[in-house]
Amino acid sequence: MRNNCGAFMTDMTSPARFERPSALAFLGYAGAIVIILWSFAGAGFSVDKVISSPPRFADFIDRAFPPNLEPKVLARLGWKMLETLQIAFAGAVIGVILSVPIALVAARGLIAGNWVNQIVRTTLGFIRAVPDIAWALVFVVAVGLGPFAGMLAIAIDTIGFCGRFYADDMEAADTGPAESLTATGARKLDVVACATIPAAMPAFISTSLFALEKAVRSSTILGLVGAGGIGIELKVGFDLFDYPTAMTVILMIAVVVITIEQFSGWARTKVIGEQR
Amino acid sequence: MIKTRATPSPVKTGAVISAPVLPVDIRVAGLCKSFADTPIFQDVSFGLPRGEAVAIVGANGTGKSTLLRCLMGLIPADSGSVDVLETDIVNARPAALRATRSQMGLVSQKHNLVPRLSVLSNVVQGLLGQRPGLRHWSQTFAPAASRDAAMAALDKVGLAHLASRRADRLSGGQSQRVAIARALIGHPKILIADEPTASLDPAAGEDVMELFFSLARREGVTVIFISHNIDHALQYGDRVLGLAGGKLGLDARADSLNAKQLRGLYD
Repeated sequence: MRNNCGAFMTDMTSPARFERPSALAFLGYAGAIVIILWSFAGAGFSVDKVISSPPRFADFIDRAFPPNLEPKVLARLGWKMLETLQIAFAGAVIGVILSVPIALVAARGLIAGNWVNQIVRTTLGFIRAVPDIAWALVFVVAVGLGPFAGMLAIAIDTIGFCGRFYADDMEAADTGPAESLTATGARKLDVVACATIPAAMPAFISTSLFALEKAVRSSTILGLVGAGGIGIELKVGFDLFDYPTAMTVILMIAVVVITIEQFSGWARTKVIGEQR
Repeated sequence: MIKTRATPSPVKTGAVISAPVLPVDIRVAGLCKSFADTPIFQDVSFGLPRGEAVAIVGANGTGKSTLLRCLMGLIPADSGSVDVLETDIVNARPAALRATRSQMGLVSQKHNLVPRLSVLSNVVQGLLGQRPGLRHWSQTFAPAASRDAAMAALDKVGLAHLASRRADRLSGGQSQRVAIARALIGHPKILIADEPTASLDPAAGEDVMELFFSLARREGVTVIFISHNIDHALQYGDRVLGLAGGKLGLDARADSLNAKQLRGLYD
């Protein structure tokens, strides 16, 4: 409706700052608070322990510092850290490569039917549901102690992560180029290879960098179960109460993980920055 | 309905042919389409003889783009029949559908180029319907004949010098010209354009329409295009189809219409 000047007549009353929640929403909030309190109780949350822990923590710090910086120890830990990175890179690369064909059959509306999509997505969900340390235990049993078991654990963990997100990325990709190629009579596989995958490529690269970060973090603890890498040094350090060496391991892990995250963030910005 | 024109029939009457009879490239009969119980259009029927340029006009939401997608079998119709180049699109098997589409070209409103690939790769991919497989995924692997054909198509649209540029680094007008080259590289019998100038400024839009129709007429192809520009519909269309109120409300020769009559479709 317009007024005499030809302008639209609209209601100028500003809405209330806060809206009163409905009875259902109120019940939802109350239920959420109960669940949080119940979880704290189940987790053994204790104020007494929180209050009494700082002196014990300070004692650990006192015994761990200065970290063990003996050249012989640093050389041994350096080689173990290198092995950790090798496990992470090799596992992530294999996982990323295998994730592409798996994601193609997991993505809805691309090359496979609905029931195939569902089976593959459920399988990927199962892979993700099992923690990487559990996969490492399985592969230690299957292929024996050592870094190969760790690499396989990282690879399968990466498949669970990248397979699902690559599929989501392809489903969300711009469908315009794909429609134009379909209209030329191109086959589904050609359309996916020429339009869908290139459209999803920036998201693929971003997801792969997250997978690499995740792989580096995971690979540092796989040694706890004998699957190679620097984790075994951390375990031995604590088992033998050699806290200075354990602190050196913790600091090395922190430096490497933060460096990888910084590199990943920089690379991600470069890739996404190219998108116009 | 303003004025109707009988669909040209290829059927001879007696032994005498009164006028040259052209084959009918597209024949639509009783086509209906709805989305989630919302009817888009109903009982749409028309036929297009070879070489005719047809403008489809109508307000937003009248189903113009949906109609084009039904013609190409990109979305299924609810009922009715669509015969394109003697293929029953509604009931065709995938291979037959692909074979028919390979004789068609589509130019879309948003150009729909693959942004991260080169201009030449985008045009080479226009041959995928006729020559499927890895070698036409990129200009890098394409046979020399396909690369030459793509360069010739780019030359026709005046962009051969930009063959190695990434598609997402082109202007809107250049992108649409590349999309035209991609649609024409396979020498289609039918060209379909869905608001080809909608995302362009008026000058670029005029250039694209001039180029599109000069090439289409040179190749002698049947053209169906959607346009909200009434002048374009009257200038470039031999015939105008108007969708309004879920029906085909207009089917008339362009030279028998004026702008005022077409504007009535938007009221």
